[in-house]
Amino acid sequence: MTTSELRRKLIVFTCFVVTAITLVPVVMMVLVAFQSDAESMAAKPSFWPSSWHPENLTRAFELVPLGKYLLNTIYFAAGTTLLETATAALAAYAFARLNFPGRSWLFGIYLATLMIPSQVTLIPQFVLVAKLQGIDTWPGMILPHAFTAIGVFLLRQFFLGIPRDYEEAARLDGANRWQAFVRVIVPLAVPAIATLAVFKFIGQWNNLLWPLVISNSDATRTASVGLQVFQDTNGTQWNLLLMAATVTTVPLIVLFFLTQRWFIRGITMSGLGGR
Amino acid sequence: MAVDTAPPAAAAPTTNTTNSKPTPRWRNRESLTAWLFILPSLIGFLSFTAGPVIAAGVISLLDWNLFSAPTWAGLRNFARLGPDPTFWSALGNTAYFTLVSVPLTILVSLALALLLNQGLKRVAVFRSLLLLPYATITVAVAFVWIWLYIPHDGLVNAVLGWFGISGPQWLISDTWAMPALIAMSVWKSFGFGMVVFLAGLQAIPQQLYEAARVDGTSTWQSFRNITLPMLSPALFFVIVTSIIGSFQVFDQALIMTNGGPGTRTTTLVMYIYRTGFENYDQGYAAAQSLVLFGFIVLITAAQFTMQRKLVHYDN
Repeated sequence: MTTSELRRKLIVFTCFVVTAITLVPVVMMVLVAFQSDAESMAAKPSFWPSSWHPENLTRAFELVPLGKYLLNTIYFAAGTTLLETATAALAAYAFARLNFPGRSWLFGIYLATLMIPSQVTLIPQFVLVAKLQGIDTWPGMILPHAFTAIGVFLLRQFFLGIPRDYEEAARLDGANRWQAFVRVIVPLAVPAIATLAVFKFIGQWNNLLWPLVISNSDATRTASVGLQVFQDTNGTQWNLLLMAATVTTVPLIVLFFLTQRWFIRGITMSGLGGR
Repeated sequence: MAVDTAPPAAAAPTTNTTNSKPTPRWRNRESLTAWLFILPSLIGFLSFTAGPVIAAGVISLLDWNLFSAPTWAGLRNFARLGPDPTFWSALGNTAYFTLVSVPLTILVSLALALLLNQGLKRVAVFRSLLLLPYATITVAVAFVWIWLYIPHDGLVNAVLGWFGISGPQWLISDTWAMPALIAMSVWKSFGFGMVVFLAGLQAIPQQLYEAARVDGTSTWQSFRNITLPMLSPALFFVIVTSIIGSFQVFDQALIMTNGGPGTRTTTLVMYIYRTGFENYDQGYAAAQSLVLFGFIVLITAAQFTMQRKLVHYDN
């Protein structure tokens, strides 16, 4: 049994080493964020802070309105997520359960847009928003990214897997379609809806290109764009730059740990359910 | 898939003179309900997704800077691509990025999934921690990677120094800027594949391995003959999504190198962004975006053709 014991220890050891290496960039981001100005900008970078400077946090907030950027990011991510999940759930229900003329070809149009990269729609969306005076406004930021086909597609797949009997029972009790949807389908689909919501939220929190072209003031500037501005205006003042990076990343990391059940389910669903 | 079309009840009773309604009342009501459910999504989808796709085709045929009235350009925007060195350089860079980063990401993901699947006690903890880079903001971690790549005595070169290697100038080096971006991108994205592969590995029935062991097959043989075929749908999925994703790489290249040095790390999406929003050449940018789309369609079609030969689906 000694060889298998040795093998087990070797595996655990490798896991620790690989995980430690993987986390180095994230750990360094936090460590440098607390270094002094001189230390972080010295010609020879230092790894462990020789003195800790928690005041870097307030200094970073004073240089750029990071709080405002974070709030904007939440607006943007939450707005697109709420709109997308709500409208996608409704449409997916109709595609999965209701008969109407044109259902197949309409769903076909949704599917056809799945493979089209977002850069194709970037310029027309920008033109549309510009013509409607939506540059640097919340409708202009949110609406173009709240109606993608992927949500409808994923939720329809899930709804098709819910046995019809549950709904039929509610219908026999006199519930109309809306009531059946709200009371039967939505509660059963919470895992799927939560998965879609978590993915959409994290994806939009990360979105750089769209806010970069649409938002041009602090009114709608998100954290990703704000960090880019920070880099432009403050150069490589490493401690403050990485403090700003830490401040914008930590909420997302916390969210990830809180929702990872759905996050991981979402990844595996898309990977293995997509057959 | 239950894409059953409505029964052809609609056509039959139209000859009936007394009843002008072709469909039974309940069927009309169901249609009405369906449209009410779809409408919020449909309006947004047509305005902001489907409509813009068609508009992209139209804009690509125009000479337009957004400020003055557009003029008809025909296929001139597409013809401009041929002699445009930046476009070819962007295409080459994107291909380079994809060809190196996708196999690397798949290898790292697969290796870590196999490692985590060795009957470890706290798999979930390691899985979460290893997935962390995937759940960070690209722009934010791109800054840390610039810091890691500081030429003299930066962390990466300091570690290389332990092994007696004098590291290159990374992000400002013609040769090493792209590999540096690739390493960062592999780090950022391997978690996705790892989670998919781990789920795939956990779904493989253990009896298969036990039967193979009874037959005296080696570890490599059971990997080759059991693990790989059983994992092939997951592998295929991750390869397709990784290639599509890496063809659209933008964030880290914008932040870490801004496309430089020269155009060494200018990617297709970055060039589209520059053309459309720095040079305000919207027609040309739209043409480029359609070419990007064309490449994605071609690659995906090629993959699905190969899939028939290589991927094992058990039903």
